[in-house]
Amino acid sequence: MTQELDIVQLSVIMAMVRLVIGPSVGDRILSLDTMVVNAIGLIVLLGISQGTQIYFEVAMIIAMLGFVSTVALARFVLRGDIIE
Amino acid sequence: MNTELIADYATAALLIIGAIFALVAAIGLLRFNDPMKRMHAPTKIGTIGVGALLGASVVNANTANDGSFHELLIMAFLFVTAPISAHFIAKVNLHKRDCDTPPPPRQDETWATLQAPDDDPKDKAAQTS
Repeated sequence: MTQELDIVQLSVIMAMVRLVIGPSVGDRILSLDTMVVNAIGLIVLLGISQGTQIYFEVAMIIAMLGFVSTVALARFVLRGDIIE
Repeated sequence: MNTELIADYATAALLIIGAIFALVAAIGLLRFNDPMKRMHAPTKIGTIGVGALLGASVVNANTANDGSFHELLIMAFLFVTAPISAHFIAKVNLHKRDCDTPPPPRQDETWATLQAPDDDPKDKAAQTS
């Protein structure tokens, strides 16, 4: 259980390294999206280890917010504005 | 071999599969050398990694207490939204010219190009004729 938590945390850290060194804007948006997906996995693992069901809503809201923020960042780079 | 033991083994196997795919996605995100190549590594955790972790959660919840299947909602949401965000990120890469530029269009064929319509000689020819 804790090994899986460690591995997913390690992959969050590796995505953050790509976020820092990433040469282009697309890489940074992509690594933010990857970090959001990793955070969903971390929260699901936390829910399994504590044996509760209350983390389902948290994971759902993070999935929705991650998708909206990815699309907003990409649209801002593409169009120079989010809502035109 | 009773049902709980089988469910425990299934949970452990799904957890290990999910964690390994998360690690593979992060290694691919770090090691590839082109922005368009880098886009294809994190799709592993987007589908199989989170899918296996949520499957482990479903199996564990159904054996430990009276669980439900609403983790499948998150999986369905991720499966629907992952191609849309990948499409937008690919459009950002094309817009910023970070990837290899597409090949030039062959003569007398209609291809999508990266050129603006004013710079496209074929479009200009269509306007004058």
